[in-house]
Amino acid sequence: MELDVSGAKIFYEIPILGGIPITETLVNTWLVMAVIVGLCIFLTRGMAVRPTGKRQIVAEYLVKTATNFVEGNMGKQFSGYVPFISAIFVLSALCSLSSLLGLYAPTSDLSTLLGWALLVFVLITYTKVKTNGVGGYFVGYTKPIAVLTPFNIISEIATPVSMAFRHFGNIASGSVITALVYAALTLANHALFGLLPGVLGEVLGTIPFLAVGLPAVLSVYFDLFSSCLQAFIFCMLTMMYIASAASED
Amino acid sequence: MLEKAIILGCSAIGAGLAMIAGIGPGIGEGYAVGKACEAIGRQPESKGDVTSTMLLGCAVAETTGIYGFIVALLLLFVTPGMFIGRLG
Repeated sequence: MELDVSGAKIFYEIPILGGIPITETLVNTWLVMAVIVGLCIFLTRGMAVRPTGKRQIVAEYLVKTATNFVEGNMGKQFSGYVPFISAIFVLSALCSLSSLLGLYAPTSDLSTLLGWALLVFVLITYTKVKTNGVGGYFVGYTKPIAVLTPFNIISEIATPVSMAFRHFGNIASGSVITALVYAALTLANHALFGLLPGVLGEVLGTIPFLAVGLPAVLSVYFDLFSSCLQAFIFCMLTMMYIASAASED
Repeated sequence: MLEKAIILGCSAIGAGLAMIAGIGPGIGEGYAVGKACEAIGRQPESKGDVTSTMLLGCAVAETTGIYGFIVALLLLFVTPGMFIGRLG
């Protein structure tokens, strides 16, 4: 019984700087980005002050929803973050959903999520420095008392790490559990129909009848629900961290 | 051969033990969802806010379980190869 749980495949290695690998993750992320850009171009083509087609209504609805979502959670002064948050949301959701097409989901690779989390970390630090000044930023580590400085530093580093691991763990656990269930069902199928006598048992044993149905239910949870939920949570946490970084004084 | 078997077996046991971490988030999330249900029962009009707050809280509570899962993944797929490679 083969159980294949592997990371992203390496397609090609660029022979500079000690070899930059072009992985499945990278290719699939670019595919998803191309889809998003295509969607944006499709939705915003031929815009008019008085919308004539359905396209513009849909585009306006999406932009309005995103704006309300961000402003409702962060406050009106943060409306500049709307494009960033919506971009991360769409990218995360579509990357996870790409596993429905049988592609390797870029979000089940830790590198992708660490990249996004580092981006968020930079934004948080930038917001903190902007609010308190460079001196105030470093003084902020010694609050409430100086003894807690190491713990403050650890919690600062833990923010992006936990964000990345949360998203990665949820998507990766989905693919691992689906692979395990497939393997178990195929094995159970083989054992069950193998009981039949002669050639009939051998032939029926190789066709995984039992692997029909149950994985689909799991797929609805892990691929559809969990993907969208994790995208939502990643954005929610980003917004909360940035908003709380700006309110500190 | 025996060394290899011991490494593989112990890695599997370790992975299983690491997943005990799933208990904590399970209890925590169950409690959070129960409280959210109570809140919705008391104030059905605040369903949207309660649900989104609950999902966020659940995601944060899940973190320790996810750490356990990552340790289990490392034990299953990374450590055996590392140690068996060292055996030579």
